Amino acid sequence: MGSQGGFGQSKEFLDLIKSIGEARSKAEEDRIVIREIETLKRRISEPDIPKRKMKEYIIRLLYVEMLGHDASFGYIHAVKMTHDDNLPSKRTGYLAVTLFLNDDHDLIILIVNTIQKDLKSDNYLVVCAALNAVCRLINDETIPAVLPLVVDLLSHSKEAVRKKAVMALHSFHRKSPSSVSHLISNFRKRLCDNDPGVMGATLCPLFDLVNADPTPYKDLVVSFVSILKQVAEHRLPKSYDYHQMPAPFVQIKLLKILALLGSGDKLASEHMYTVIGDVIRKGDSSSNIGNAILYESIRCVSSIYPNAKLLEAAADVIAKFLKSDSHNLKYMGIDALGRLIKLSPLIAEQHQLAVIDCLEDPDDTLKRKTFELLYKMTKSSNVEVIVDRMIDYMISISDDHYKTYIASRCVELAEQFAPSNHWFIQTMNKVFEHAGDLVNIKVAHNLMRLIAEGFGEDDDTTYSQLRSSAVESYLRIIGEPKLPSVFLQVICWVLGEYGTADGKHSASYITGKLCDMAEAYSNDETVKAYAITALTKIYSFEIAAGRKVDMLSECQSLVEELLASHSTDLQQRAYELQSVIGLDARAVEAILPHDASCEDIEVDKNISFLNDYVQKAIERGAMPYISENERSGMVNMSNFSSQDQQESGQHGLRFEAYEVPKPPVPSKVTPVSLSSVTDLVPVSESLYARETHHITSVGVASDTGSSGLKLKLDGVQKKWGKPTYSSPASSSNSTSQNPVNGVTKVDVATTVNSKVRDSYDSRKQQNEIDPEKQKLAASLFGGSTKPERRTSASSKVSKASAGAADRPQDSKAAIVPNKTSGEKTNQQPPPQDLLDLGEPTVTVAPPTVDPFQQLEGLLDASISSTVSPSVGAVSNAPDIMSLYTGSTSSEQRGAGGYIPVTGDNLNLLSELSSAAAVRGTTGETNAAPLSLSVKGANAKDSLEKDAKVRQMGVTPTSQNPNLFRDLLG
Amino acid sequence: MIVPIHLTNRFIFIIHVFFPISNAESNKMIRAVLVMNTQGKPRLAKFYEFRPVEKQQEIIRNVFAVLCSRPEHVSNFVDAESFFGPDARLVYKHFATLYFVFIFDGSENELAMLDLIQVFVETLDKCFRNVCELDVVFNYSKMHTILDEIIFGGQVLETSSTEVIKAVEEISKLEAASSSINLVSKSVSSWRSR
Repeated sequence: MGSQGGFGQSKEFLDLIKSIGEARSKAEEDRIVIREIETLKRRISEPDIPKRKMKEYIIRLLYVEMLGHDASFGYIHAVKMTHDDNLPSKRTGYLAVTLFLNDDHDLIILIVNTIQKDLKSDNYLVVCAALNAVCRLINDETIPAVLPLVVDLLSHSKEAVRKKAVMALHSFHRKSPSSVSHLISNFRKRLCDNDPGVMGATLCPLFDLVNADPTPYKDLVVSFVSILKQVAEHRLPKSYDYHQMPAPFVQIKLLKILALLGSGDKLASEHMYTVIGDVIRKGDSSSNIGNAILYESIRCVSSIYPNAKLLEAAADVIAKFLKSDSHNLKYMGIDALGRLIKLSPLIAEQHQLAVIDCLEDPDDTLKRKTFELLYKMTKSSNVEVIVDRMIDYMISISDDHYKTYIASRCVELAEQFAPSNHWFIQTMNKVFEHAGDLVNIKVAHNLMRLIAEGFGEDDDTTYSQLRSSAVESYLRIIGEPKLPSVFLQVICWVLGEYGTADGKHSASYITGKLCDMAEAYSNDETVKAYAITALTKIYSFEIAAGRKVDMLSECQSLVEELLASHSTDLQQRAYELQSVIGLDARAVEAILPHDASCEDIEVDKNISFLNDYVQKAIERGAMPYISENERSGMVNMSNFSSQDQQESGQHGLRFEAYEVPKPPVPSKVTPVSLSSVTDLVPVSESLYARETHHITSVGVASDTGSSGLKLKLDGVQKKWGKPTYSSPASSSNSTSQNPVNGVTKVDVATTVNSKVRDSYDSRKQQNEIDPEKQKLAASLFGGSTKPERRTSASSKVSKASAGAADRPQDSKAAIVPNKTSGEKTNQQPPPQDLLDLGEPTVTVAPPTVDPFQQLEGLLDASISSTVSPSVGAVSNAPDIMSLYTGSTSSEQRGAGGYIPVTGDNLNLLSELSSAAAVRGTTGETNAAPLSLSVKGANAKDSLEKDAKVRQMGVTPTSQNPNLFRDLLG
Repeated sequence: MIVPIHLTNRFIFIIHVFFPISNAESNKMIRAVLVMNTQGKPRLAKFYEFRPVEKQQEIIRNVFAVLCSRPEHVSNFVDAESFFGPDARLVYKHFATLYFVFIFDGSENELAMLDLIQVFVETLDKCFRNVCELDVVFNYSKMHTILDEIIFGGQVLETSSTEVIKAVEEISKLEAASSSINLVSKSVSSWRSR
């Protein structure tokens, strides 16, 4: 029976599927399908095909297209089928058009009318089919044609239709938010729908809306919380249970929305703590879906305003995930760890070995996720190990997409945290060597700039050391076969600028290498251009130093080859080389001063230095320069030529007289436009040289002009770029202002250290662990919090202590947030929070708007429900209380505004409430009134709380306080 | 003639900023549902964003290539960015001779998607009594009907398999009633002559 029910197919179709299934090769399959297409083409256009047959043809067409063949000849038949009155035919027609057509297909216009008609149909299945098509086929132009009908369907008697109408409206919103912006309140109404299915479906558009802008939906927090509470308490119909979990998908969606709403909003978050805690507690970690909910809870906890208890619970769950054998759970655990680590950096410590295991797992997905985590954990103390690992992995994979990605990650980390210049150059070399062509060209330019400028305010000897180490490494690498073009360009540039700078290598040695390169990569014009320019530079340095230049023969032949190159650019450069070599030392020095790539070059846009020359030329009788708009004669000339062209096109004779040319208006010499004088006057050799110099300067000037964008490197030692990952509230500057804090900090630091070490040691005893792994773990995780261990950890890390200056800061930074969250007290606000504009301010003014008024919109929806708002409010009152008691107890703050309610009282009341609740009304109807009453109770409380918060000062979670560390010094 | 001469390869200083992959633009949705057999033949392909036929085939091929190369006992998640655009993830589940694949973006929870596959398969199983590849192939339109009840326009519509079955059965009943010539349909099971 199973496969029947109106879905039966003919023998032909079955044979087709069977023969395709048995096809041995793709070619054979193609032959069969093409034959099938022929048959269909013939059959489908026959007159009077029975409906059943036609339906089957369409399905066969769908099948053919799924196999990758063109079935466009049948589209029109599918469209025709949607007009059919017969239900199966109509449904098949709609199915086919949704699969075949895009929303801008020409045939859509033929369907819109049918859709309009079907949306009004009495048969709900017809309506559903039409709504399905609406989602897919209606574009922003046709939305107005169906919008009113869809809105009407929102209150259809069948929940299946309501559900789909919500989705259709959602799809309109996605396609063109402006067209339905006035209808968004409908989503709020549907949240209170009697049917859990409709409510669940409404969460999808609400999630999107909240994601776009959470502010207008803050009032719904309480509703969402109460829905989640009721779902978690198993109040939805049994049919929504899935593997004994109550409506898990609804729970997940709600947690997602709460995460968005609570992000950076302390007040909203406080409403959620209890229910999230409940969800985590009830979470069943033995089933897959239970873990999905747990994971979503962690995401939520990490996104909302941090709460110590929840963070702890989340950490426990993560530990369970990571210890599991299932790769899926490990993956989720690593992901969750990455999210939580921002809030409590110490959490990774307990899981170091699990993380290392994941890094060595054969599962690529898991490995990549782990790299993601490591990326977030990177500090200057462990950057070497992490980047080394990343590069190793990068070399081992062949997936270009991910290779590019991880290469850019490596570069980013290296730029931010590099412990030494030497290491940085070595790392970049490796990245370029293995993924050079995938790396953005800007990275190469950055590297060049770095080598040219050095880092920070080091003295000159470090500069030159850096440069010569770069030159040495490039001379070594040069011999390797098949280097990427970008890397070669860097090599050429560095060799040209600094190849002979330290006097270790002779000019002929470097030029020989450059010529070899140009020869080896002779089909790469960019590399050749870089090489020839590098040659020019080396020769000119030689000349400037007063040494005699003798060109190598291979160099000579290279220049000759390039002189005749097809590329004008290469030719140009070759000629430049030739002319530079012919100049004397003084001129060369002026053209190409040594080590001047970072010099600011002034640009004289008026070219005033040519004034003398021009003056002389005019005295000798040269024509003064006439600026372009004053050249009336010239303008006419061009007019003539265009006229001529027109006329020659017309092949007609000209009868009117030619215009009299106007005499040119003499004008004063304006230095502004002197550049074109050179078109008219002969250029002497010396002028040429001077000009070239200044023209080059123009080229360079663009560099200096944009160098305003440069990173501010002053004062930042061994580090460049601003760090991306940073722990919240890590304010090293707050120590100076808050000596008390500083003292406690030290205490915490030591206790944490000892504790962590203890746990580490005990684990070590428990099971024998590969010492290699331990070493790796130590170098990865040991960095910030265990300074005593670092010395023994690995030589690499101790080398990293070059950046010792910022490490104490780091370690403090790592501990502060943990402490603040651990003690659950609001500390002095870190100064940078004042600057932290990205974060919504926590000290929100209490809602002054009448909460009743606000809720009217919500209540409109519940008119259909049997419960009157007042009843709802009364029956739900205990719930609110429980919510409050929950939050007070969890906060242990004893804020004065709260009414102490004992647990017994609470139970009693909640039982009462469930008795009072009218049977048959589902939880959602209660949700709206609840939000109303809580809002009312809240206004006073929030005022008090607000005042208190202001007194104490607030520590909002700042995503990136380190951003300001650079600025503040 | 003056020719601009670049004697040096001076470069323009541009700070290289790495933008995190922004998912603000991408639609929050399930992007595609694929069912294919272990030989890589598609059995059901539904894309919730329009893709031309050739592109669909390319994606199916790519997905299959990835699934084939996965070792056993690893996670069911694969990063699908390289062939499905930014932020795309893929969750698959292997049943007998079939791969069920959901492709979606960062708005969904991987574990939950895995369970949604489970819901889908459980529903199929209840509809077809011990679903097997042949059922999937021969009931192409019914597969779509079921899927449409679970995922609608790229969003999860219904997650209770009992509700889905109820809806599908109702559709079948009404369809049967409304088709005037209700020929005895050739059932697959009899054709398979079990």
